[in-house]
Amino acid sequence: MIKVEGLTRAYGSFIAVDNISFECRPGTVTGFLGPNGAGKTTTMRVMVGLTPATHGEVTIGGLHYPQIPNPGRHVGVLLDASAQHAGRTGREVLEIGARTMGLPSSRVDEMLDLVSLDTKESKRRVGNYSLGMRQRLGIAHALLGDPSVMILDEPANGLDPAGIRWMRGLLKGYADRGGTVLLSSHLLHEVEQIADEMILIGNGKIVASGTRDELLSQASGGATTTLVTGLDNQQLSEALAQKGFQVHPAGAGLRVTAEPVDVGRVAADQQIVLTDLRAGNEGGLEDLFLELTADTAREDVGQTATPGLPG
Amino acid sequence: MTATALSFDVSSTHRVAFGRLVRVELRKLADTRAGRWLLISIVALTLLVLVIQMAVILGNDLHPSWVDFLIGMNTPMGVLLPVLGVLSITSEWSQRTAMVTFTLEPSRMRVVLAKMVSLLILAVVAWVIGMALGALANVLYGAFSGNTVVWGSVGKLMFLYFLNYVISMASGFALGALFLNSPAGIVVYFVYSFVLPVPFAIGAALMSWFDDVRPWIDFGFAQQPLTDGTMAGTEWAHLLTSGLIWLGLPLAFGLWRINRTEVK
Repeated sequence: MIKVEGLTRAYGSFIAVDNISFECRPGTVTGFLGPNGAGKTTTMRVMVGLTPATHGEVTIGGLHYPQIPNPGRHVGVLLDASAQHAGRTGREVLEIGARTMGLPSSRVDEMLDLVSLDTKESKRRVGNYSLGMRQRLGIAHALLGDPSVMILDEPANGLDPAGIRWMRGLLKGYADRGGTVLLSSHLLHEVEQIADEMILIGNGKIVASGTRDELLSQASGGATTTLVTGLDNQQLSEALAQKGFQVHPAGAGLRVTAEPVDVGRVAADQQIVLTDLRAGNEGGLEDLFLELTADTAREDVGQTATPGLPG
Repeated sequence: MTATALSFDVSSTHRVAFGRLVRVELRKLADTRAGRWLLISIVALTLLVLVIQMAVILGNDLHPSWVDFLIGMNTPMGVLLPVLGVLSITSEWSQRTAMVTFTLEPSRMRVVLAKMVSLLILAVVAWVIGMALGALANVLYGAFSGNTVVWGSVGKLMFLYFLNYVISMASGFALGALFLNSPAGIVVYFVYSFVLPVPFAIGAALMSWFDDVRPWIDFGFAQQPLTDGTMAGTEWAHLLTSGLIWLGLPLAFGLWRINRTEVK
């Protein structure tokens, strides 16, 4: 649905987005992950025509954004929840959107309801809103035209935990209805529970992409690891090593290159009481994320330090 | 929200109707505190000027006609309407609403055109209100003084005032588009319309060649005959030439900039 092909955006000699390509399919939530300044926002801005691409292109349903008639009815966009006139009320912000798209005022009430902004709050000026309220208003604005594609930049930013859970449910339900969602975040845990696919970006380049499981197997180099803690770790470690598994101490327990079931079997055979047994790749995704993006960040430092000096 | 399946199908959607854009832009002129108060101040100041004028006239036993009241109310309108012109475009940038505006209507020139039309409509409304207030003042003068109310022939003057409003609002809009920054737009507009005339006048008084050139390059000076009602062939040529310098060029460059710039 959203197709990014060979997209590059350069600012002078600085390359914000470097030849990236990916696709977001209908019925899925795609998480766009990367540290601050990785190029997520620039990519999203190119998607909706606010920033011209230096090379490459983005199409939505086969169309360039400016070719989409009344785009608010097809693509819901939230790029910056704070980019609203501080002197306008929340309700008025939605009213303007609804009127531009040719929607009745009743739609404004529906959306305010949906994002749980009550009548009193909706009559306050946006300048007095908390970031979380602005974010809710922004999501309401993106949903106004009942679009089939959503492009959301850091939508969870500023939301409280309950708000994040609410948004997760909302977007999940939206994707289940056949919608296409692209949402960005710099926080892995915000995205990993909701995204069907993840795209990791660092320093303008895509460093990894795929489903959560695909990324996980990549994170551990294809091998499954297990975290285990027993009453006698020493004995457990020896027994596991004897079976040919690689064992390393990890925190209060052990990290084993094996399936949890195999580790459990060894423990049962040896009659070692286990206090904790779980798949060990959970932290792997985060490690991968940090590792991949840190790598590009280091390269970045190395590359810009030298040409940065003359002047 | 409806529970129907979502699919991307643009075949039955029409582009945003231009009339809708104009109505939205008109709404945006008045739906913020700043905008609302600017409109209220324009009307309030116009009323104030008329009240003062009335007091002076009655106190000194002068004999005004409708034209005199029109000249009076022309001042606050002419000063403040251009500010609205500046803000109409710059607030999209200073408040960063351009991001939303241009994602809902990606054709930036359509949005700009809608803004221009909305300002034109506002100029008409301001002009009608101004004429009506002037007429009301004239009637009140008759009632207060007991003298005969003089209406005189104001048709041409009314048209020229209208032109004056449109030009000053357009100048404000052009400078707003050029700078895309509210303070810069407003300050430059006021410098250009109130400060610049001084060196222009001094230059014209000291150098005869500059005196000849001045009407061609001083837009404010070239507009003077509009207010005085003494427009003729040469004056129109002056207006056109100086207008190109002060209105045409900034507007053209501003539009080019709006179309090309990255909206943040």
